[in-house]
Amino acid sequence: MQHKTVMKGVILSASMLFLAACSSTSDESTVDERRSAEAGSQQSIGSGATESERRRGVETGAADRVLTPEEERAQAREERQQRYADLRQEQTLYFDFDDASIRGEFAELLAAHADYLTRNPSVTVVIEGHTDERGTPEYNIALGERRAKSVVDYLQSLGVSSRQMSVVSYGEERPVVRQSNERAWAQNRRAILVY
Amino acid sequence: MKQFTLVIIACFGLFLMQPAHSTLEIVITEGTDSARPVAVVPFHWFGEGESPYDFTEVVSADLLRSGRFKPVALSELPGLPSSDADITDYSAWARLGVEAVLVGTVDEFAPGRYEVTYQVIDPLRGQITGGLSSYLQDEDLAFEQDHILDSRTSVVLDTQFRQYAHRISDVVYEALTGERGAFLTRIAYVFVDPDADLPYQLMVADYDGENERVLLRSPQPIMSPSWSPDGSQLAYVSFENRRAEIFTQDIYTTQREKLTSFPGINGSPAWSPDGKKMAMVLSKDGAPDIYVMDLESKRLQKITNHWRIDTEPSWTPDSNTLVFTSERGGRPQLYRVDLDTAKVRRLTFNGEANLGGTVSPDGRSLVVVNQTNGRFHIARQDFPTGNFQELTQTSLDESPSVAPNGSMIIYSTTYQNRQVLALVSMDGRFQARLPSREGQVKSPAWSPFL
Repeated sequence: MQHKTVMKGVILSASMLFLAACSSTSDESTVDERRSAEAGSQQSIGSGATESERRRGVETGAADRVLTPEEERAQAREERQQRYADLRQEQTLYFDFDDASIRGEFAELLAAHADYLTRNPSVTVVIEGHTDERGTPEYNIALGERRAKSVVDYLQSLGVSSRQMSVVSYGEERPVVRQSNERAWAQNRRAILVY
Repeated sequence: MKQFTLVIIACFGLFLMQPAHSTLEIVITEGTDSARPVAVVPFHWFGEGESPYDFTEVVSADLLRSGRFKPVALSELPGLPSSDADITDYSAWARLGVEAVLVGTVDEFAPGRYEVTYQVIDPLRGQITGGLSSYLQDEDLAFEQDHILDSRTSVVLDTQFRQYAHRISDVVYEALTGERGAFLTRIAYVFVDPDADLPYQLMVADYDGENERVLLRSPQPIMSPSWSPDGSQLAYVSFENRRAEIFTQDIYTTQREKLTSFPGINGSPAWSPDGKKMAMVLSKDGAPDIYVMDLESKRLQKITNHWRIDTEPSWTPDSNTLVFTSERGGRPQLYRVDLDTAKVRRLTFNGEANLGGTVSPDGRSLVVVNQTNGRFHIARQDFPTGNFQELTQTSLDESPSVAPNGSMIIYSTTYQNRQVLALVSMDGRFQARLPSREGQVKSPAWSPFL
């Protein structure tokens, strides 16, 4: 008998955990999804009305608010700021072997940093260039600088002042992964924005 | 071949063992079969008890490491003479096939001072002359012992035993090859222990890894040590201020001087052979270019001016020309620039790329890092024939530095996921590894003659 209640308890708490897990995933979803989820919950209040409301035979509903264009822009701006703030947490971009061109996948990352730097002209950033271990240390110092400078050029094209940026190349001297294989090399070929 | 190498290592394992404080030891991996046999007889000690120092242990190890010689095992020697006078039968030594026999004695001279006497004997010549050759001089018959290639006596302080043993090696090497020995030289290198508080260390050790000393410990990278021609100073790059800067440091007094701290790259310092100038790479004007600084006036002269990478300057022995790496032709290749006329000429064409060039002390060959099929190996290109030879089979080879007598190259390579130093003879026959017990070892620079 006691056994059963314990089991019930376990099942209950397990299902609560499951629910908690569900709700936490929705936290990570985008703002748009969150908004539609909120709208959904309003509707469910309507259909699942309280006891007293049902007795009176009246149901209330709500329409989606229409945002003014200004509010819409503000919201979009806010969303972008949020996304950029998230992106700025990431400060490393990677390069192909013996190459210093910015890969397309890092365009938004750099846009986020450029946005921050243009809005905060007093902030400065050091861009570190790194390479993998292949090639001579001296050549890699030059290659690391070329990578860091291509980040500078890219940020400058997005309106960041050159006064806010400085460059230091560590070449192959400071690898993140001290191994000699393709995976390690790919992780070591990088530029880092250090505020 | 491998088995043979193992046997050699086993035979000389005794010689190669290092005290616990030293980081480097030497494992010979290739080339002992082409070495010439020599007999190194333990020196006779006149005093009581054990000899205060085993000179011949050091000499044997030196000769073996030169890649030119192979000391014969003691058990094979026909006797243990202490001087030429003790040798009664030269033919027994000649039959052994040895090119030379080193014999000697050690005697106490005063407390802490010892008299060391030794002779280098050519047993083949001894066999012919019977130990005394005669010739006519002013119509008289004169005699000489021309089978004794060299013979010396010195009083040695007990604190300088090891150094004196290297001097004996130099004498033996020169007597047999006609070329100066490089056993009394040092190497500078960078040691990296990622787990240490100050992971980057600039080290100096005897060429054989003994007497290792730390010249600088830093939380940030240290690169590119380069010796002053008198062997008393090192130039290097340090990132201690979160940027590349070139320093010079006196290796005895620890006195340091910051030479450059321009925006961008301050790299690849190279002392001119006349000691008056420092070649270097600066990117203060945009792309990395080669500059030469007059060390007295600190005046800079821009030597190359190209929008692509120019780096790794290396002097020719006459101090008039620099060899450097440039990307101006697309991929990195070696070029030379005449400092008077500023004329630039391309030197290398083999493989995909050639980098890290260094000119041999006789100016007749260029040692490079050659990239072929994506692999990096040390190679040698001769002047003026253009003959090109790949010397190493190890992986990710870089930073070659040539011994001051031009016999050997020390370089950095990757072995079992770690950077280690390695040796290869100028002809590629002899190869050895200098594994470190921990960490990474890189950027070796061989000192001039000391």
